[in-house]
Formats: sequence, C-alpha cells, structure tokens
Amino acid sequence: MKGMHLPDIRMLLQGASPRSSEMFPELNNLLNTTPDKAEQGKLTLLCDARTDGSFLVHHFLSFYLKANCKVCFVALLQSFSHYNIVAQKLGVSLAAARERGQLVFLEGLKSSVDVFFQAQEDPHPLQFLREASAGNLQPLYEFVREALTPADNGEAAWRCPVLLVDDLSVLLSLGMGAVAVLDFVHYCRATVCCELKGNMVALVHDSGDAEDEENNTLLIGLSHQSHLILRTEGLATGFCKDVHGQLRILWRRPSQSTARRDRSLTFQYKIQDKNVSFFARGMSPAIL
Amino acid sequence: MAAVATCGAGAGGTESMAAATSKSNVTSFQRRGPRARGTDSGGPRLVSIAGTRPSVRNGQLLVSTGLPALDQLLGGGLAVGTVLLVEEDKYSIYSPLLFKYFLAEGIINGHTLLVASAKEDPADILQELPAPLLDDSCKKEFDEDVCNKKPESDIKMKIAWRYQLSPKMEVGPVTSSRFGHYYDVSKRIPRELIETSKWHGFFLPEKMSSADKVECCSLTPGYMKLLHFIQNIIYEEGFDGSNPQKKQRNILRIGIQSLGLPLWGDDVCCSENCDSSHSLSKFLYILRGLLRTSLSACIITMPTHLIQNKAIIARVTNLSDTVVALESFVGSERETNPLYKDYHGLIHIRQIPRLNNLICDESDVKDLAFKLKRKLFTIEWVQDNYLRQERNIYPPGFSYLLKQKDSAWGEGSLQHSTFLMSFLAKATALASRLVRDREPLKQTGSGRIRQAAGLGLWHDGCRQEAPGLLGIPP
Repeated sequence: MKGMHLPDIRMLLQGASPRSSEMFPELNNLLNTTPDKAEQGKLTLLCDARTDGSFLVHHFLSFYLKANCKVCFVALLQSFSHYNIVAQKLGVSLAAARERGQLVFLEGLKSSVDVFFQAQEDPHPLQFLREASAGNLQPLYEFVREALTPADNGEAAWRCPVLLVDDLSVLLSLGMGAVAVLDFVHYCRATVCCELKGNMVALVHDSGDAEDEENNTLLIGLSHQSHLILRTEGLATGFCKDVHGQLRILWRRPSQSTARRDRSLTFQYKIQDKNVSFFARGMSPAIL
Repeated sequence: MAAVATCGAGAGGTESMAAATSKSNVTSFQRRGPRARGTDSGGPRLVSIAGTRPSVRNGQLLVSTGLPALDQLLGGGLAVGTVLLVEEDKYSIYSPLLFKYFLAEGIINGHTLLVASAKEDPADILQELPAPLLDDSCKKEFDEDVCNKKPESDIKMKIAWRYQLSPKMEVGPVTSSRFGHYYDVSKRIPRELIETSKWHGFFLPEKMSSADKVECCSLTPGYMKLLHFIQNIIYEEGFDGSNPQKKQRNILRIGIQSLGLPLWGDDVCCSENCDSSHSLSKFLYILRGLLRTSLSACIITMPTHLIQNKAIIARVTNLSDTVVALESFVGSERETNPLYKDYHGLIHIRQIPRLNNLICDESDVKDLAFKLKRKLFTIEWVQDNYLRQERNIYPPGFSYLLKQKDSAWGEGSLQHSTFLMSFLAKATALASRLVRDREPLKQTGSGRIRQAAGLGLWHDGCRQEAPGLLGIPP
C-alpha cells in the first residue's frame, strides 16, 4: 500500500537546490503539479498533528498566485504582514497581488477586533463573534462568494478561483459547531469547486489524544469530501533537529467508490529558511 | 532616579544602534519591508523603544520576559504583539514569580503596565515585585556561586562526552546587556520605581460592581469587561497608532493572572462539559487581535491543571503564541529523587511561534529544569539520560518512546531522535534491525551505551571503553 509509485529517488536525493523564485519545488514534484497545469474542482485538506503544518498553507498560497488564479484567503490565525513576509521569501508579493485584485484577503484578527467592539451596519463576515448563541457562517460564505464570482464585465483575467482557509479549527474555538463549519465547507465547495470550477484548500488541526469531538467530526467529515489530503505529523520519537516531521499524501476520489485503492505516499521533511526539503523515510541527508 | 538612569542607558544603547542602522537601508538586523507588527506603512521603520531589541532572525521587535534564561530559550525574547501563556504549576508557587518578573521588567524599562487579576488587587501585586539587581553587586554573588560549583563542573564527562559539546545555558548576569535584568526575590521593588511608573489595574470585583450594561455575546461578563478595558487603554494611550492626538512610543505590558479561574465567572475549571466552553478561546482570539495591531505584549497565567476538558487546553494552546508550562516538584515523587535534588521543578516549552518565517528558533534541549535561588532563577538542562534510575537506558530523545513503544518501532523505518541516534544509524539497516528485535534493556547502572548498539560501534578509532559515571571509584 505504501509507496506504490515512488517518484525519482535521484531527484529527491540531490538535495535542496531550489531556484529562489519557486515555492517548494520538491513538493510540486511530489504532488506532480506545476503552476501551469493546476487541476480544477478539487478540495485539498491540510491536516497537522503534533506539529505545525502552516508551511503547506504558504506553499499553496504562493502556488496558486503563481498559477494566475484568483485567490480568496480567509486568514484567521495570523496577520497579513506575516503571510506577506513569508510569501516574499517564496517569490510572491501579497501586497501587489491584492492591489491588482488577484488576492482577496480577510484578516481575521484585525476584522474580529473591528466587529467585536463596534456594531457594524453591513453584515460582516465574522458577524458570529457578536452573537450569543451558536450561529452559522452564512455571512462568511457570502463574503467568499462575492469575492470569487467573476465580475460581470466578462473579463476572464484569472484562471480559476481558489479559496484558501487557515484554519477551520479556529472557527470551532470561536463558538461554531462542527455542523456549522461543515455546512460552510459544503456551500463553498458547491460554489467554488462545482459552479466556478475552482479549488479549495483548508487547514484543520488534528488534536490527537485530546478528546476534541467537534474537531474529530470536522476532520472526518472533510476527509471524506476531499480529493487530496496532506497530513503532517510530528515524529513519534519526539523532537529532532534534522527531521521536522512526516508528511503523508493521500490521493482520493470521493465521488467514485473505492474501485481503485487510494494512492498514498509518506515522506519526511525538514523546513529551511526559504524551502522545505523532502526525503524518503530514514533517508535524511543528515545521517546518510 | 535609578530607574530613569537604567532606562536612559538602555534607550541610549538601542537608539544609537537604531541611528546607525537607519543610515543604511539593508541591515543584518532588520529586514527591508513593512514592519512586522501593526501598521502597513511601507519601508523599514526602526523603533527605538527602551527595553526592546530586534530579533536577529526575522527583524521582529522583542521584549524581555524578565528572565534572561527564558529569553534565551524563546529565541531572544517575547515578540511584541504576541501572547505568552504560562501554564501554572500545581500549587501556584512559581508561576506568580514569572508573572512578577515580567511586570518588574516593564517597570525597569519604563513600559506601561496593565495588570488584571480576579483574586488580588493589582496595587498589591505591584508592591510585591522583586527588586532589580544592579550589575556589580550581583556579579560578586555570582562569582561566589561559581566557586562553589567548580569541583563538579571540572569532571570531564567520560561516557556522556557528547554532552560536553552541547550548548551551555547562560547562567548569571551579563554585565553588558541592558535587555534582561536579574531580580532579587527576597527584596521588594523600591516604592519610588512604582510611583514613577505608569500602570493600570483591573481588579475584577471592583469592575463587576459597576452597573454599566455590556451586551452579552457568549463571553462571560468578566472577560467582556476586561477586553473593553484593554481596548480602551490601547486606544486612549495610542498604542495602536490610531489615536491622532497621542503618538506613543512605548510598549504596553499586559499581565493577566490566573485566567480561567471560577472567579472570572468561567466554569471551564469546574466541570468537563461547561456551558461557556467557548468563552475562554474567544477571549484569547480577540485579545490576540488587539495585540497584533498594537505595541503590546501580554503574559497570561492559566491554571491548566484544573481544566478537565483536554480539548479546551489544546484550543487555548493553538490560539496562543508562546506556551510555557511549569511543573514543580512539590508534592510529587520527584521531590525525593536524588536526581532532582538541586532543582525545584521542570519547565516545558510547549510552543514557540513562527512569526514572519517558516521556522522558529527552537532550542535543541528539551529536558529543562529550573531552580530558584534568592537572586537567580536558572533554567538548566537536566543531564539525566545516563543517571536516570527510573527508566531504561535510551539515548536522548527516546523519552517519548516509552509512551508509544509499539508505534515507534512497528514500521521498522528509521526514526530519528538526536545526534546520538544518528551516530548509531551509520549502519542504517543493521541498527534498525537490531533495535527492533532486541529486548528492552535493564538498567545496569553503568551507563554504557555499548549495550544498545550491540556491535563494536564504539571501538572504531582509539576510543577505549569508558567506565560508567556511576562506577565505584577505585
């Protein structure tokens, strides 16, 4: 089951010699994509357990901006300048993308302060922060739909719309139920993936042995809907300086039944300043 | 006044550095580009505020936590705009100390303080802050300590020779740095320092008695009032740059003591299925939003040992930036363990944020213990992997192995830990097969790693067999 089709080992073992303008070229090789031929209509689930998987969010953000897609980024966890500075290392300027209309950025932290302390007239995407009981995420969905629906003047400037969410577990912490978040994902998928033929990428934390039922429900529900699952885990033996974690890639076909077994690969990775290097398990350059 | 003098010297130091670097656009300290926190104005804006310094890694503005040892473990200090969550130890003995160090550091540097508590009046908390140590008097004490310790540290490590190469933790005051200060816990801070400093207090019983209605929105009223109070201070005093009348060039240090206690009106510590289970996480999220858009840093102590729902602890950890947990030995079986006789507890760095970067400055050493002497709070690496009586001999990093024994070795793939395992793994296939197939070893007391390797991996070169550290001396 593991590693039915290994990509070229020589390529992996050459070590990281990235062109500085690319985002994680090794990850592109592993996923068999390039910005030119990005697929459409897919839901990608990013999941991290015992480690921080945010480097995948940075990768997909710069990947889709390079691929000339219109990106709506719902960034609930960090500020705009954080993503901007990291994206600049990967060769993309978020400020410039926002100026030319390619990127619609919802900065959760800043907007939450605005919506919490002052009543807004228009429905704000984070309206649920003001509500006493668990509401729903409809204003957020409306925001996403408005951002990604192409303007009526017929200019097809961008290739396909992409929704990127970092991350969905924060919505659970803010009082949303797992069902409300799953509804939101369902609506977004219907609009973005099916109607507009775009892609969707979402990050969910896996709490592991902390018994977070809502999070597990959300994770399992999303796993069944997604086409590609990228799961980063910390090493079972603990902290290691040379290997930061393990990445499992699972390709799925949610629409068809399991006519063919899903393909899965496992790699270990090390995060560097501007790049992430991947290698087969046990083949870290530090010990070879 | 003493405080002003130190502040002046400190500010002078940073200002001169800032002036020098502002002449050239690209420096090694500050990245070109928008400033990390707060506004989105273009161009590097070097902020020369007393008591701060830019991080070497990502140009982030850092403040000291009041404990130079902790600053070193956190990668230089606490980033402005972030939250430091301290998980309290069981009887709340040492976490108030961290809280007080943070506030005392603020007073010394001339920062504005905001102290919030539900059980103690902030004025009382400020009275009990430790007195700062001036450099010359404490250096004398430190030299005495070093002389007392000298015979032990002279023994060169024979079995654990690799540990000598490991980074030494910095112990003791560094005379040239103005960034972190040392404090004497047996003395109180001089009253004049408190009176000249600017501080705001939030004592929950006082604030709750006032009858202004706050609209309820699933936050407990205590948290709502605290958020409004903090937001008010930030806006009024101009820490977020939005107030046109006030141009503030100072840091606001926020300290919230024992968040989550039932005194706040939150029942997260009382029962597993609590009604207001989202109150605490929502509070943290909004607080973080406030911090990110202002020149402030926050320390929160939380009695997580009382929270019964583990999911809430996980959520709270994810919503905080830096998380440090204290575990004191009082009342546990470790108190009588001879290994820990010099130490008062363990300190775990659970999370360090990755700000403006893909990686963070994670320290390599994970087994850290602290001890509190009168003038020094030191954090040291407990070099116990060969002395530990309660476990089998495993190289460092395998402590997690004991909890997940089967899963770690089940797949037969080579799991890495630290340098010692990588040394063993030179013969990759052989080592993994050996380790997978062998029995767990009993503690022989001699500390020889030779048994784990099995082969003569230790006989290459001219390395002799080393006697164990616990061997009976001839």
